Amino acid sequence: MTQPFRTSEGGRIDRQRPIAFEFDGRRLTGCHSDTLASALLANGVHLVGRSFKYHRPRGIVSAGAEEPNALVTIDRGNGRITPNLRATQAELYDGMRARSQNRFPSLSFDLGAVSNAISPLLSAGFYYKTFMWPRSFWRHVYEPAIRAAAGLGRAPAAADPDRYLQQYMHCDVLIIGAGPAGLAAALAAAARKARVVVCDEQAELGGSLLTENSEVEGKPASDWLVNALHMLRDADVMLLPRTTAFGWFPGNMIGAVQRVTDHLPDPHPRLPRERLWHIRAREVVVAAGAVERPLVFSGNDRPGVMLADAARTYLLRYGVKVGSRVVVAAESDSAYAAAVALRQAGIAIVAMVDRRPAASDVARSSGLPVRIAASIADTSGSLRINRATLSNGEKISCDALLMCGGWIPTVHLFAQSREKLRFDEALQAFLPGVWTGHARCAGACNGAFDLTACIEEGYAAGGANGQPQRARHPECAPALPPSVHKGMAFVDFQNDVTIKDLRTATQEGFRSIEHVKRYTTTGMATDQGKLANLNALAIVADLLHQPIPRIGHTTFRMPYTPVTFGALAGSARGDLFEPVRRTPMHDQVAALGAVFENVGTWQRARYFPQGSEDMHRAVARECRAVRNAVGMFDATTLGKIEVTGPDAAEFLDRIYTGSLSRLAPGRCRYGLLLTEAGYVLDDGVIARLGPDRFHVTTTTNGAASVLHHMEDYRQTEFPELRVWLTSVTEQWAVIALQGPLARQAIASHVQDIDLAPDALPHMSVREGHICGVPARLFRVSFTGELGYEINVPADHGPMVWQAIHAGNVTAYGTETMHVLRAEKGYIVVGQETDGTVIPSDVGLGWTIGREKPDFVGKRSLARPDMLRHDRKQLVGLLSADLLEEGAQVISDGAGIGHVTSAYWSETLQSPIALGLIAAGRSRIGEILHVPMPDRTIAVRVTDPVFYDRQGARLHG
Amino acid sequence: MRFSIFSLLRHAIGGTPWPEQWRSPEPKAAYDVVIIGAGGHGLATAYYLAREHGIRRVAVLERGWLGGGNTGRNTTVIRSNYLRDESAAIYEHALKLWETLAQELNYNVMYSPRGVMMLAHSVHEAQVFKRHVHANRLNGVDNEWLTPSEAKAFCPPLNISPDLRYPILGAALQRRGGVARHDAVAWGYARGANALGVDIIQNCEVTGISRMPSGPVNAVETTRGRIAARKVAVVAAGHTSVVLAMAGVRMPLESYPLQALVSEPVKPVLPCVVMSNSIHAYISQSDKGELVIGAATDAYVSYSQAGGLHVAEHTLEAICELFPTFRRLRMLRNWGGIVDVTPDRSPIIGLTPVPGLYVNCGWGTGGFKATPGSGHVFAATIARGEPHPIVAPFALERFRTGALIDEAAAAAVAH
Repeated sequence: MTQPFRTSEGGRIDRQRPIAFEFDGRRLTGCHSDTLASALLANGVHLVGRSFKYHRPRGIVSAGAEEPNALVTIDRGNGRITPNLRATQAELYDGMRARSQNRFPSLSFDLGAVSNAISPLLSAGFYYKTFMWPRSFWRHVYEPAIRAAAGLGRAPAAADPDRYLQQYMHCDVLIIGAGPAGLAAALAAAARKARVVVCDEQAELGGSLLTENSEVEGKPASDWLVNALHMLRDADVMLLPRTTAFGWFPGNMIGAVQRVTDHLPDPHPRLPRERLWHIRAREVVVAAGAVERPLVFSGNDRPGVMLADAARTYLLRYGVKVGSRVVVAAESDSAYAAAVALRQAGIAIVAMVDRRPAASDVARSSGLPVRIAASIADTSGSLRINRATLSNGEKISCDALLMCGGWIPTVHLFAQSREKLRFDEALQAFLPGVWTGHARCAGACNGAFDLTACIEEGYAAGGANGQPQRARHPECAPALPPSVHKGMAFVDFQNDVTIKDLRTATQEGFRSIEHVKRYTTTGMATDQGKLANLNALAIVADLLHQPIPRIGHTTFRMPYTPVTFGALAGSARGDLFEPVRRTPMHDQVAALGAVFENVGTWQRARYFPQGSEDMHRAVARECRAVRNAVGMFDATTLGKIEVTGPDAAEFLDRIYTGSLSRLAPGRCRYGLLLTEAGYVLDDGVIARLGPDRFHVTTTTNGAASVLHHMEDYRQTEFPELRVWLTSVTEQWAVIALQGPLARQAIASHVQDIDLAPDALPHMSVREGHICGVPARLFRVSFTGELGYEINVPADHGPMVWQAIHAGNVTAYGTETMHVLRAEKGYIVVGQETDGTVIPSDVGLGWTIGREKPDFVGKRSLARPDMLRHDRKQLVGLLSADLLEEGAQVISDGAGIGHVTSAYWSETLQSPIALGLIAAGRSRIGEILHVPMPDRTIAVRVTDPVFYDRQGARLHG
Repeated sequence: MRFSIFSLLRHAIGGTPWPEQWRSPEPKAAYDVVIIGAGGHGLATAYYLAREHGIRRVAVLERGWLGGGNTGRNTTVIRSNYLRDESAAIYEHALKLWETLAQELNYNVMYSPRGVMMLAHSVHEAQVFKRHVHANRLNGVDNEWLTPSEAKAFCPPLNISPDLRYPILGAALQRRGGVARHDAVAWGYARGANALGVDIIQNCEVTGISRMPSGPVNAVETTRGRIAARKVAVVAAGHTSVVLAMAGVRMPLESYPLQALVSEPVKPVLPCVVMSNSIHAYISQSDKGELVIGAATDAYVSYSQAGGLHVAEHTLEAICELFPTFRRLRMLRNWGGIVDVTPDRSPIIGLTPVPGLYVNCGWGTGGFKATPGSGHVFAATIARGEPHPIVAPFALERFRTGALIDEAAAAAVAH
């Protein structure tokens, strides 16, 4: 197929490699190295989208990241549909299918354009002034209609099958932008043997050198480029094309995203789609260039109206003519370079409309049909510009209109580094101010627009101690303040913000630039105002009769251009979302048919159904086994901290409520930790292995937070104590044996520990060997039965589990553990406690060592509210029906507490529950009520210990 | 001037300019009440002081631009299904005001009761949420428990696969919860207060709080001069402790950066607000089409209105896990705000030890939803010189007595 606007020669595309693609179902052909935008223009397609609010026809404005209009959806099938991509950055590949967005039924005939007809009604902020009556209509009529009209592309309906990777890198010098300044900086940095990385958002490195036809250092620019890249490769400089540095984070950490496969027609399935780089650089050189500043005039948004330098780029880089009769609107000499280049390619420049009051040397010598002190008053054309009307009334027919309002240095990343910008009056733009960090700026983003100056700045910036000199090149400046026009003169193309909207905002009192932005939405589109912001600022300054620096600028925020969620999420998906923690005995436990539950990051066995058992029947059987014989339980997930050092006992005295310095070696004690505010934070068993060594357990969820809590106090409050904390949670596999037959179950496996009740009483610990491996054997119980907890090095856990299980011991899970402990009135932190519970509330006031001078939380326990008699207290609740955990308990219609735990007790053959009830201990025997949605359940308040209140079974 | 479709039509046809929504006055020498901080809470306080208590000699001082702090930086979630009676009272008071706020202010704040759904990913979390549901029912606050398939029906893009790393076991849904347009709330209150005579003075930083020898406040020092005041109310969010230190009052506050981000706009895809506390994500879709996503606070205190990249990454890991169809969408903008956090994660509202000095702060990560209720009861407190009944439990004094109102500690329920 022919490409009517493709030149016969020149450019960096490969005419011998045609590429077939589709746009809105229309089959077209481009060339290898085209972008979607250049290929569309080669086919004469300017109309590519509709604007956000008025659905106005829109064309390609730019040739890069600043593009506001040419947003498309690219469909690769199989869940690989990506909305809102810039056609100017999408590399063409064979078989590409692209669609325009935000139009119905078609791009050329869009019913949404009715909003254009009533645009006077839809001025800035109109939606704050209406849609308020009748009240219910907002939710049901107005808002759904507005939502349907808004948005751009559609989110994919299927899950994204592509992979994304993240990678970390350190380097001496990171150079952002591989144009002349960036490459010169890289050459200088490489020459001093620095480790250098160069990234550039484009597919091909070179920046403006790719369209440069002048000479550099005595040779053609393209030769200089080839030579520079060659030297950099030889110097092992890492070159990252298609990589956008999007964010600057503290400590010179740069986030960059590399597009790996989007340009390939058929990528290898093992390649990630994108790779997110975290680059930590000693020095960063920003050489991000500049974008051309559009002009604001009535009808400046018609397809065919575009930036002059973009037209030059399309011609010189892609061999594409953007039109055949072209009007150029110039406020800067750089427009003439574009016009001359186009004329050389045989394009008719029908008028050079120069708004400056006097002709510059460049204008006079250009030989172009120049109109001095003239500007564009209006344009016409329905789906493409066909005529421009000048301020002097002259009407000129054309098929393209190029704008050049000067240049906007790309200071985005520099500003993100929290350094200050300064307004340059000559350029009428913001430039990097004086900076203090390790950031350097070179080239156009630093205000240097002359090629030689760019390269000089680059060499200086990449050098060992180069603070680049800022060059001044008046031929690229100045831009004039925008002229204020009637009609629809667009400042922000995508969001349809006009000069009139800005005027409305300032009239209504929105005078901070942040207010103007938020009220009109200027600069809030997907281009984040790369083209709009400076014009908006200048217009607001003009409207308020204030200088631009007084108005200031809005905050530059990451990302520079949008970043795929998937790249930010990286490989964290599925099982790697948060890697699953499994105990060493997981496979053995799973082989027994365990049903698992997530507890924090762990998977724990919840119950072990046999045959057709449901949870209720399995738990009942497991409970009977523990109460009547013996059960075994994988308790590995409990947190374990080894506390050592001469002051270990003193440290634990200060952290726990109890007096642990009085604990004899070989003995254990139940301990509570409180927050500074006196509330229960966690509990566990503290075992003293020796005078200066303790083995402390925490709850499963509390492992990390308790260690953090302890370290916090050790480092900040008690730095004088000689104590060390080591997390040993994963070093020990833990198997609990509970039940009257527990001793028999382990006796034959224990080699060198005397299990006799007098030798190893309840709440004691011994070190020895079990199944031939070193072990710490605790005699402790969380069921109320005779119990042991065997700790062996993690790798030996499966062997010991198998050996003991072979003795016909019933495995039980967390659900049974919960039932058995509730029968005994033992609390579970986080279930009986909720961050508002102090020890005495849950009957654990006895844990407090009265003689201790202090411990974390002690002072808070003396506060008046802690001493109230009507605090919520832990009690038992008996009812005919099983209660629901979390249900509220009422007395005389008022809520006085809630159910914390509720189970069927197989032992008691009745439902049991624990609850926190106001003044609960004084209500024992009372009947209270639990209101449910469908009925009210009567409950009798009891002691929280339902079984073996004397604790005789513990000491068996 | 009343806003309506008719006023829009008149201006569209006539082309006459709109009047200012608020004046930009010079500060007067003296006011009855000076409010420090022109965020949503401060402006609402001024509005209700003028509207309900007839106190119109009021100035709201703002260091920067009105609504530029957390009011304009939050993810706009509105709900009232809090666990504690005290919290439910104030947030439900606010929710009732939200329902008619657009009409009250004649400013469309776009309160959209599209439902707030909080996901439970563990047995424990399900128990905690059911406790909320039961407690809310007693307090007359709507909140219901949904099964995973009911949650999916309410929010079709949600991934309820049992193969999820943390499968969804159910959800608590408050149907009256939703979102609003945050900027419009500040602007609507500013316009309303201005119309009642309140002076909103932007670009006016408070540099000192002046007290009489006998103790009470009598003026504030500002970058635009001394302003006498019978009463001073500090509503300065993350900078409250700095301002109150000027009056010698120490506050139990820590300030953290909190991040949020938006995607590029897409057509409607997410009909409600979804929150997941255990995997740290909350998300809704704005009327403009952007997915609005809340991230976590940084782990350390700071006044920097930007956060680390890892925080945004962690949030998007969770979002992509819950909504695998969103993985190809793109982050458009990320920002931070400074949240002021109290030891019990509940706000501090009321009197201070200094006579005539009032404070409303400590809203942490969840203050936006309370804006109307907070301003309403704080205004009553200032006007009467004693705590409004809803405000009383939130007194600064509670950290001395121990009567904390802890929503977060064990249940880890984010605001």
